[in-house]
Amino acid sequence: MPATLLIPLYRNEVAPRFDLAGEALLVHLDADGAELSRSSVLLAHASSEELCRIALEEKVRAVICNGIDDEFWQYLRWKRIEVIDNVMGPVDEAIARFRADVLRPGDILFHRSDA
Amino acid sequence: MSTQQTGPAAPHSIRPRAGSPARHGAPPLPHVSGISPLPVDLAAMLDALPVGVALLDTDCSIRLMNRALETLTGFTTAEVRGIPCRHALRASICLHRCPLRRPLTTASGVTVATASGAHYDMMDDGELPPAQEGDILNRHRRRIPVRMSMSPLRDADGRVVGWLHAVEDLTLVRELEEKTAKGEAFGPLVGRSVAMERVFQALPAVAQNDGPLLVTGETGTGKDTLAEAVHKASSRAREPFVKASLSSLPEFLAESELFGHRKGAFPGAEENKPGRFRLAQGGTLYLTEIGDLPLSIQGRLLAFLDEGVIYPVGATEPVACDVRLVVATNRDPEQLVAEGRLREDLFRRLSAVRLHLPPLRDRGEDIEFLLNHFMGHFAARMKKTVRGCSGKALRTLLDYPFPGNVRELRNIAEYAVTLCPGETVMPAHLPAYLFQAKAEARRAERERRAGRGIPGVPDASGAPGDAQGSAQAAVDMAEPLARASVSDLERRLIADALQRTGNRRGEAAELLGWGRSTLWRKMKQYGMC
Repeated sequence: MPATLLIPLYRNEVAPRFDLAGEALLVHLDADGAELSRSSVLLAHASSEELCRIALEEKVRAVICNGIDDEFWQYLRWKRIEVIDNVMGPVDEAIARFRADVLRPGDILFHRSDA
Repeated sequence: MSTQQTGPAAPHSIRPRAGSPARHGAPPLPHVSGISPLPVDLAAMLDALPVGVALLDTDCSIRLMNRALETLTGFTTAEVRGIPCRHALRASICLHRCPLRRPLTTASGVTVATASGAHYDMMDDGELPPAQEGDILNRHRRRIPVRMSMSPLRDADGRVVGWLHAVEDLTLVRELEEKTAKGEAFGPLVGRSVAMERVFQALPAVAQNDGPLLVTGETGTGKDTLAEAVHKASSRAREPFVKASLSSLPEFLAESELFGHRKGAFPGAEENKPGRFRLAQGGTLYLTEIGDLPLSIQGRLLAFLDEGVIYPVGATEPVACDVRLVVATNRDPEQLVAEGRLREDLFRRLSAVRLHLPPLRDRGEDIEFLLNHFMGHFAARMKKTVRGCSGKALRTLLDYPFPGNVRELRNIAEYAVTLCPGETVMPAHLPAYLFQAKAEARRAERERRAGRGIPGVPDASGAPGDAQGSAQAAVDMAEPLARASVSDLERRLIADALQRTGNRRGEAAELLGWGRSTLWRKMKQYGMC
């Protein structure tokens, strides 16, 4: 079944905070999980409510984000949208892991040579 | 002071001591030398601090977090070491107000070269903002208010080798601020003055004590509200709260009302009556104005307190009652005893637990606080946007002695919100008697200065004519008005406007700041047309 992901952005990383992201990436996947297209959404003002509205409007299946208020996490889940939060790292890496069905909440995807 | 790390390292890096026990997982953590003869474990040292601390490298990546910060963020150092601090701390200032992410300038100063090749131009340490307040979102999706500050870490040559990030949890501070702004509260009782703080501190214990309670305080201070709040906070909260105000009843009726009667106990007693005591079974019985009760009833109350039983009128057998007795008076109970209006033995029994509600004039900042509280309450109820008082209106209220206490203030707030068409309450929206009292006081002061007395009003020395006496007279005049309801005041206001405008309704409505239909509706409501 085709699916859409929403990822709040900070440069090319998953935004540190859902509520402070001024931009979001919508990733459209086909039924097999292959990436069909990407589109980005620029917000007039960073806003959790606005991102939630977009997620509902675009019939998003999953939101990949880092920090998110419990209120919005609960809301999105109530709307049957999967929320994979506490994800830190580059957006491409997050998308690749999601498509491979190995992305989990709390994943840290930065390359850390000395960590 | 310097930091060390094992193995070859970049000039600006931190070298951990060889063989140092690893904390939070590999690699071994650094230590600090130069403080004592032996190197000091840096992590243990930072763990001793009561605030969250992170050590960042020049790329602003996390190198170490102390336990306080790990608790605050929900992440361990091992999990987030090496990642940009904005992802681990997730502070509101990280993305837009990060003190280390300023644009590169050409001004002279210390330029820091980072491992990634980026440059942050630091004029000097004074360029860093002292501390910034914001919030962080922790791993558990909880928003925590914090104060954050940043300090450079320099090596022996003065080069910046990293940053020390201090994160102070402001949750308790914010809660305290919120509490101060909202004031203390016990049920519907609110306030933030020192006088009320003492009452609020005592109330939880008083509520749990099941013994009799004596509440004293002037009219309008909230004795009834307090009695009910104490009942609701007690273990009897699920049982009835029964209020009895018997001062206007003849003695035999008051006795029957309170203790009940048996059928045929007196002419007209055609059925058994339970009485307030038995209606309050398991709960609280609140008696207002104990000093107005006949002494015989006071004696029966004493018997109830001693034995836990009552004797309904006409009954020969006692009836056991499980009731908590709360009594109130607006008089000084010692004086009532001295006057013989209150039995001394009953007073002694009641005064074991005693609460005094201070008059509003002794409650300092509570006047403004309660005014805002009540105006907010009425504005919400009337769906109006009244936000506060103008300076002059507020000064008028603060100068007023409030003989009717909180009840009067509440009435004034309701009146002002009713009349105020906009966001700010102006003097014109306050009851006129407030200004009359003030004008009387001013007139008396003028007369005192002119050496003239007001006949019949004694001054402090016993001589007639004194400003204080006249002001008191003004207050006495205002007191019945203060006790009047908002509708009474509104009625007077309408009558005054009609009188001034020669009964021309259009002009009267304009004078009052109302529409013609509003005036007509109110006149109809009050039976004035």
